[in-house]
Amino acid sequence: MDAQEIIARRVAQELRAGNLVNLGIGIPTLVANYVSPDLKVFFQSENGLIGTGPIPEQGMEHPLLTDAGGRPISALPGACTFDSAMSFGLIRGGHVDVTVLGGLQVDAHGLLANWMIPGKMVPGMGGAMDLVSGAKRVIVAMQHAAKGKSKIVKKCSLPLTSARPVDLVVTDLAVIGFPDGRGTLLETAPGVSVGEVMAVTEAELVVPDKVSEMKL
Amino acid sequence: MKAVSVEEAVAMIPDGASVMVGGFMGVGTPERLLDEVVRQKKGNLTVICNDAATPGKGVGKLFDATLVSRLTATHIGLNPKAQQQMLTNRVAIDLIPQGTFAERIRAGGCGLGGVLTPTGVGTLVAEGKRQIEVDGKPYLLETALRAQFALVHAFLADYLGNLAYALTSRNFNPVMAMAADTVIVTAEHIVPVGVIAPDHVMTPAPLVDYIITNSNG
Repeated sequence: MDAQEIIARRVAQELRAGNLVNLGIGIPTLVANYVSPDLKVFFQSENGLIGTGPIPEQGMEHPLLTDAGGRPISALPGACTFDSAMSFGLIRGGHVDVTVLGGLQVDAHGLLANWMIPGKMVPGMGGAMDLVSGAKRVIVAMQHAAKGKSKIVKKCSLPLTSARPVDLVVTDLAVIGFPDGRGTLLETAPGVSVGEVMAVTEAELVVPDKVSEMKL
Repeated sequence: MKAVSVEEAVAMIPDGASVMVGGFMGVGTPERLLDEVVRQKKGNLTVICNDAATPGKGVGKLFDATLVSRLTATHIGLNPKAQQQMLTNRVAIDLIPQGTFAERIRAGGCGLGGVLTPTGVGTLVAEGKRQIEVDGKPYLLETALRAQFALVHAFLADYLGNLAYALTSRNFNPVMAMAADTVIVTAEHIVPVGVIAPDHVMTPAPLVDYIITNSNG
C-alpha cells in the first residue's frame, strides 16, 4: 500500500453516515474512493454541489458540472446545486461536518499552514481559510515529511490558514490528535514503531502508554 | 432588459472599467463576452473573478492579452501567466478567501456596508482590517464589493431577462448580477417568458440590463 492510500483509507474511517463532507484537492480527494457506498455520506464541492459522484466515463463529461479544480465530475441521484454564497454559508455556518485538507505544516498545537510559501508559491487560499474556520471537524491528510523535512513542526514558519487548530492529522506514518491543545500520537501506520515516528517528527508529541496501530 | 449584439455590449465597457466576471475555473464564464473584450482590446481592467482560470479559458484570455491591471480573486494557482504578471508587478492581485469573496459581493449587491466573518482572523488576511468582537468572538470587517459591470453566464434567459443557471456553472453569477451598475448576460438558451417557472428563476429580470443575442447576424 503506498503512502497516499494509507492516508486516504485511514481518513475514510473518520466519516459517519449522514455527514456533510468537503474534500480538498490532492490526497483528500482520494478519500472518497475508500468510503463504502452504503455509508450515506454527502460530499460537497465548494463550487456549488452536494452529492458529487465519480469521475464520469470518457465522453460522458458535462461542461457545466465540474469539481472545485475545474475537472469533470458526476452528480449522484439526490444531488443539489447552489451558488457560491450558499456554498460558503454551509462551510462557515458550521453545516459541514468534516473537511479534509492537505497541509504544508501543522504545528504542535494543531495550527495549519497550507496556502502559501512566501516568494515561491502564492496560488491563493481559495476556500481553505473558510473551511478551517467553519467546518465542525478539520482533518489534515498529508505526508509526514517532505524532502526529508518533518511537516509536523514545533511552530509553523509558513503563514497560517486559520487561528483555529485542526482536529486530526493523518499521515503515512501516524495519526495525531490534539486533546487539550497538545499534539498527541494516537496511532502509527502498520509496521511503523513509535520510535520511528518520533525520529522523523520535529514537534514534541505527547506519547500515551499505549499507541495503537492503524487498522486499514 | 435590452437584447444587444456582443459587439454593442462590449463597446459600452470603457478602458479601465471595473468588471465582475462569473465563473469558477472558467465554468459559468460568459466566454463570448470575454472573446469580444479581447477583440476590442479593452485594457487596464479591474477584474473581480473567483480565479484566473487557465490560459485560453475564461478570464485566462484577458491575461493572455494583458488587459488586466488589477485582479481581486481567491485563487490563481492554475494560471502561470497570471502568476507571472503578478510577480513582475504587471498586475496587482488581491487574493482573498473564497467565502469572503462571495460575501463581499453579496453585501455589495444587497445594500450592506460589509460583513463580519471569522475567516482570516489571526492570519495575513487580517492585516489592515478592523477586528470586531461580537459576543466575545472575533470577526473581521470585510467591506462590500461592487463593480461597474457584471458579465454573467446563464443557462436559460427568458425574453424579459429572468435567468436560471445549470449545475456548477451557477457559482458567483447570481451574486454578481446583484452587485454591478450594468449587468450583461450571455445564455446558452434564450426562451419565451413562462418557460422558466417562477420558482425556478434564480436571477429576477429587473436585475438584468442586457442580454446578448444568440444569432450570428
